[in-house]
Amino acid sequence: MLEQMEKDHSQQLRTEMPPMHPDEGFNAMVNRPVKVSSRGLNLYYGEKHALTDVSLEIPTNRVTAFIGPSGCGKSTFLRTLNRMNDTIVGCKITGEVIMDSVNIYDARLDVVELRKRVGMVFQKSNPFPKSIWENVAYGPKILGESNKSTLNELVERSLKQAALWEEVKDRLQHSALGLSGGQQQRLCIARALATSPEVLLMDEPASALDPISTAKIEELIFQLKSNYTIVIVTHNMQQAARVSDITAFFYLGELIEVGNTRDMFTKPAKKQTEDYITGRFG
Amino acid sequence: MSVSASLDVSKENSLLGSTSLKRRLIGGMAGGITGFAAMLIVLIVFTIVISVVMGGYKNITWEFLTEAPKEGMMEGGIFPAIFGTVIMTMLMSLMAVPLGTVTAIYLSEFAKPTSILARSIRFAVNTLASIPSIVFGLFGLGFFVQFIGSSIDNVTNPGTLVWGQPNILWASMTMGLLTMPVVIVSVEEAIRTVPKEWRDASLALGATRLQTIRKIVIPGSLSGILTGMILAISRGAGEVAPILFTGAAFFLPQIPHALSSQFMHLGYHIYILATQSSNVEKTIPLQYATTLVLLALTFTLNLTAVILRSRLRGKSQSA
Repeated sequence: MLEQMEKDHSQQLRTEMPPMHPDEGFNAMVNRPVKVSSRGLNLYYGEKHALTDVSLEIPTNRVTAFIGPSGCGKSTFLRTLNRMNDTIVGCKITGEVIMDSVNIYDARLDVVELRKRVGMVFQKSNPFPKSIWENVAYGPKILGESNKSTLNELVERSLKQAALWEEVKDRLQHSALGLSGGQQQRLCIARALATSPEVLLMDEPASALDPISTAKIEELIFQLKSNYTIVIVTHNMQQAARVSDITAFFYLGELIEVGNTRDMFTKPAKKQTEDYITGRFG
Repeated sequence: MSVSASLDVSKENSLLGSTSLKRRLIGGMAGGITGFAAMLIVLIVFTIVISVVMGGYKNITWEFLTEAPKEGMMEGGIFPAIFGTVIMTMLMSLMAVPLGTVTAIYLSEFAKPTSILARSIRFAVNTLASIPSIVFGLFGLGFFVQFIGSSIDNVTNPGTLVWGQPNILWASMTMGLLTMPVVIVSVEEAIRTVPKEWRDASLALGATRLQTIRKIVIPGSLSGILTGMILAISRGAGEVAPILFTGAAFFLPQIPHALSSQFMHLGYHIYILATQSSNVEKTIPLQYATTLVLLALTFTLNLTAVILRSRLRGKSQSA
């Protein structure tokens, strides 16, 4: 029955995808303005060369999926986009990541401002041990918003965007830890949306969730992409196929191939991509 | 087939035979000796507590708790000593807890674990924790009383003796040095129970490191910080050596009225009663009762710390 649901769901997504001519393919997708791009990005953890020469363009208001076997660098690359790797001791980065024509590794860049514009959702849902309201209001409050009614509006808007409002509107003051796993993850999405980011990074957001909660998250991603540039790391190839417009395949710290998701899954250009997608390794 | 079967049998035999008599004997003896040692400890604690309670409970009266010693400390109560202990402990906490907490936050949140500074701080903390308490007392006398105190006197009122003698402030600061490692270690441990995921989430939302510490790390480790505070207090309330030369008084008819006053202390009072009294036999009931009060005080503080800690563990597991 769940399989059936997933199938229905993916079909629904397919039918809602913008119509495309056969020749347009990748170009049609990439012709959207580029939101974030990396150029010759290398990342080292101490001696370990974790990312090698990654150059990638992420289009505005589209879903870009990173796939690849464990340890291939896809999550690491995701975390370079909001500089979360800064917190890791011994991490060194060369190359550029350009967002709206600014190199985010410029020494003058304000990391706080960057992270306000690039929200992040983690693999393991990580609500604070505070109330639902406090969780969503955390970001805006940190950034200086103190007007209670503005905060209330922000909390309501964010929870609605994360499709959680109806489930929690009567218990906003209850602890967020009392929510189910799927609800907690949607709360984390709402929390990330509350600072009005332009880019939303999602690191395997559904890997710890049951199929129904996963379906809800995927549906949410589909709705959010009209307003946000979404980058999602996933282990689940079907998920990448269902939710993304662009797919990038990473292997051993290198970007092997990037392209229109449909092309990637039907006629991959590289042998390694094909092997991975067809399940021959990883 | 038959070969493999016979092999199996021989294997089984060797397995059974391996528990030789000698090994069993050693195993049994090890269990007996360790068990006996463990029982001995329980027995010792039990004996101490029972003897103190039996000897002391009769003398715990309202008068004993609220009056000053009388008749050359052979009668009367121990109120000045209780009061002195409480005030000294509070002053000590005022010094050790904030400084220790800030150090622990620095060590766990800011310092790179491998940096020379962090390593030397850790080395200093460990060394501080292993210094005998009488050495703290001597250090307090030399540093706080004779160096700092005398310098203050020389600057403010040359020729007089106000700060350059033992008093409750110097005793509290000396005791603060002794208890600081306890605070640092337990606060650091509490901070480590705050999941990395919470920090990541806070940073990813645009919070600075300081905001993350203030809004996520400290609230998340509050009960651990309280535990460290209580452990430090109970350690400080029971120690005598550091205050011997730095502020504890033999006998005072009144409670301390200024930071430059000397004070009476429960632990020191027991020592005085047992060794310095003109009639030690007569003070034995008072010794028992005073010991019981001191034990009850430190035991209550330790129990509070244990309860807080177990609640903290429960919380970090459910989260």
